[in-house]
Amino acid sequence: MPSKRTDILLCCGSECVSAGSLKIKAKLLEELKKQDIAEEVNIIETGCMGPCDSGPVMMVYPEGIFYRNISIDDVSELVEEHLIKGRPLTRLMMRDINDKVFTKVKEIPFYKKQIKVALENCGYIDPEKIEEYIAFGGYEAIGKILIENSPQETIDIVSKSGLRGRGGAGYPTGEKWQFCYDQQSEEKYVICNADEGDPGSFIDRSILEGDPHRVLEGMMLAAYAIGAKKGYFYIRAEYPLAICRIKKAISLAYEYGLLGKNIFETEFCFEAEVRTGAGAFVCGEETALIASIEGRRGFPNSKPPYPAKSGLWTSPTVVNNVETLANFSAIFNKGAEWFASMGTESSKGTKVFALSGDVKNTGLVEVPMGVTMRELVYEIGGGIPDGKSFKAVQLGGPSGGCLTSDHLDTKIDYESLKAVGTMLGSGGVIVMNEDNCMVNLAKFFLEFSLEESCGKCTPCRVGLKQMYEIMERITSGAGKQGDIEELEQLGKNICELSLCGLGQSAPNPVLSTIRYFRHEYESHINEKNCPTKVCSHLMHYLIDTDKCNGCGLCSIKCPVDCIPGNREEKYNINQEDCVKCGNCMEACPESAINKISGIGFIPEDDSDSIYG
Amino acid sequence: MYEKIFNKYSPEKENLIYILHDIQDANPQNFISEDAVQKVSEYLKISISHIYGVLTFYSMYSTKPRGKNVIRLCEAPPCFLKGSERILKNLCKILNVKVGGTTSDGLFTVELCACLGICGNAPVMMINEDVYGDLTDEKVEKIITEIKGRA
Amino acid sequence: MKTLDDLRKIRKKAQQEMKLRESNNRIKIVISMGTSGIAMGAREVMKAILDEVSNRNLTDVLVTQTGEKGLSSMEPVIDVIEEGKQTVTYGNITTEKARKIIAEHIVNGKVVNDFVITVQS
Ligand SMILES: Cc1cc2nc3c(=O)[nH]c(=O)nc-3n(C[C@H](O)[C@H](O)[C@H](O)COP(=O)(O)O)c2cc1C
Ligand code: SF4
Ligand code: SF4
Ligand code: FES
Repeated sequence: MPSKRTDILLCCGSECVSAGSLKIKAKLLEELKKQDIAEEVNIIETGCMGPCDSGPVMMVYPEGIFYRNISIDDVSELVEEHLIKGRPLTRLMMRDINDKVFTKVKEIPFYKKQIKVALENCGYIDPEKIEEYIAFGGYEAIGKILIENSPQETIDIVSKSGLRGRGGAGYPTGEKWQFCYDQQSEEKYVICNADEGDPGSFIDRSILEGDPHRVLEGMMLAAYAIGAKKGYFYIRAEYPLAICRIKKAISLAYEYGLLGKNIFETEFCFEAEVRTGAGAFVCGEETALIASIEGRRGFPNSKPPYPAKSGLWTSPTVVNNVETLANFSAIFNKGAEWFASMGTESSKGTKVFALSGDVKNTGLVEVPMGVTMRELVYEIGGGIPDGKSFKAVQLGGPSGGCLTSDHLDTKIDYESLKAVGTMLGSGGVIVMNEDNCMVNLAKFFLEFSLEESCGKCTPCRVGLKQMYEIMERITSGAGKQGDIEELEQLGKNICELSLCGLGQSAPNPVLSTIRYFRHEYESHINEKNCPTKVCSHLMHYLIDTDKCNGCGLCSIKCPVDCIPGNREEKYNINQEDCVKCGNCMEACPESAINKISGIGFIPEDDSDSIYG
Repeated sequence: MYEKIFNKYSPEKENLIYILHDIQDANPQNFISEDAVQKVSEYLKISISHIYGVLTFYSMYSTKPRGKNVIRLCEAPPCFLKGSERILKNLCKILNVKVGGTTSDGLFTVELCACLGICGNAPVMMINEDVYGDLTDEKVEKIITEIKGRA
Repeated sequence: MKTLDDLRKIRKKAQQEMKLRESNNRIKIVISMGTSGIAMGAREVMKAILDEVSNRNLTDVLVTQTGEKGLSSMEPVIDVIEEGKQTVTYGNITTEKARKIIAEHIVNGKVVNDFVITVQS
């Protein structure tokens, strides 16, 4: 095949196709033929490039120029100017707010916003080959530090970088190391916390699976800094592949002399081992994690003493998150100043986010701290699919809170998020569209925390149960006046009185949805109405008799025989007997059955007698 | 069978969690029997009640016999948003079991679990150590048929 | 390995080996084998690719693996890397699509446009 001089990448994602990209392609082919350069140019249809609201879009290589909002009438000019005369058509190029013309693809927000530090090698190297990690500069940082820097200097570099722990609490890593370094003890330990259990987060898994040596090198740097000779990876048992990859990485590192005695011919000796959990979310809490490694039930302990003072087998122990560890080699290779130059005043560097839920591009993205929610959800995440609109995001999983469309321009960093009542957490971003009931969702998160509570302290064990019961009754139509206030009071108490972070943050999803979606709670309680038709007790199915053709299929599928009718008089649902299974709606060939909010009949006044 | 597992680990309390994992995996019915607990207690010299405390604390252990294949469907919010409830309903229907139950042929047990960390491909389930994402009713049926075929 | 110099020697050598030109391989196929990829069928895709490569006796093709690129919604993802050409990333790959990519892209040098996510130099 003769080689082509130009590649045109035409976005044929569904948005661009609906905006006419296929017609553009036909026209392009026609123009190329007319100019007799069809042989020299390759037209490639690509999947969605992201900036869907500017479609149709295309990219021209080798120049890497991005065109947007192309119409059929632009095509001949574009071919003539760009491909024949070699002059990019500025009129159609992407512009930023200052009307500066973007040129290179890397400058476009969708691609430009991402800066990969922790994820640098993920998806590029073979995680099972130590040589590939080394080829990309691996183990250079630990080698240089061991030879050139003292432990105190190592700690100072990390302090200067401004790195804060990525495991949720955001504690400054340098300070934690310093505290542990200052302890006098023969034995010290480093633990890598890979218990990642926050629903919606899969960052640590991806890093361990994709670049295990980076995490191992990070652990070695931490160990050298605090004076530890032994390290443990605590990985949840649900991540078999991550366990397997890190075990392989450890054994290769031993083979290469990177673990063991006198590493790089220095005094530094270090051993690493893997420990696994057995399915308990609370084991992510550092004191519970330590208990679990020691072979006990994973009950948290009250702090202080902090693990940095008295941790594993009562020795000083640094517990660091996977992503935290994955940042170290880059900090030492490129310098603390480089790291601190990214991010905001109090939150330095980059953070990995896991996008899930109702967003087009689910997956992992790494951006500097301080980008806005809008950039994350719309520019990088590609917005909300299926033509739905944005309702909220849940940040920080079951310990965080929700943000609404009013907060889309909030900066994502530790302080700004705290100010609006949520937290960065581990980086899970769950996007929700208009169809989601916030009350139901909050109940869901609460149920998670309730199930995962270890039960050691009363506020968490009993208080969460009480909150859950109230949420149950609100979503099942038996909510009472005063329930919202009671939830708020209980939540506040649990936050203040619980022993560990699980209890202290478990009420957050309820408290923040009350704060921003109080009207939804009120509809559920006062009007017995779930506005989004999610809570089955507060919605009903209704047959549109104009559309009903009298086939009776719904009646056959109904498990409780509550759809009487016949061909002439059409069918009707007996609301009081309906169990809301939805079978009838699925069965109806005419789509005559709809979900309607509210309960659809006037109940006999017995709800109080059940819950009274 | 216990001897072989015990030989892998020194008789120290910190190995309890791993010994229990191995015993459960080695049991064709995927659970930890009273007999096993007794043996572990003798080997590690720790009380039976301590072992039961640990067993019941961690959700991955079962003290009741289970199917040859344990299906764990994620019920966490990101999967819920993408329709895990519906998948569960259908799964239970095609296997004719309730959540927590085992099929009459002893092939499958259906369980619910917390996030499996594959939320970008929700809804998700894990069968033994294999993960399956972007589940649809059709996909689930295909996977089940395939495993049945292998049995 | 003992010293930093040893490390750098290994690095040089590894870098050389990763370049296709220096080896006997004309083209490299990299499959994203993280849990997300596997959950979406990356193992089957890998098998299909290895199968095609051996059936067609393609001796100059190297098949390897990597972790996740973060594109969960487009898994399974594969890269086709050729010296001096742009790297093509394909997404939402099935075994059939993988076989088609081998036939058209690897054997005949024609990028299978329908499955491309991005092209990078
Ligand atoms: C209930 C609970 C669960 C936690 N789960 C995790 C986890 O899965 N991974 C993690 O790194 N930190 C988790 N943490 C935070 C840890 O206790 C600890 O702060 C963290 O591992 C410290 O590492 P870092 O400073 O690098 O962030 C959890 C905390 C609580 C209260
Ligand atoms: S707050 Fe909850 S999880 Fe934490 S120690 Fe108390 S009962 Fe256990
Ligand atoms: S939703 Fe279910 S119970 Fe209610 S009318 Fe329809 S088929 Fe019957
Ligand atoms: S929420 Fe189901 S895998 Fe994470």
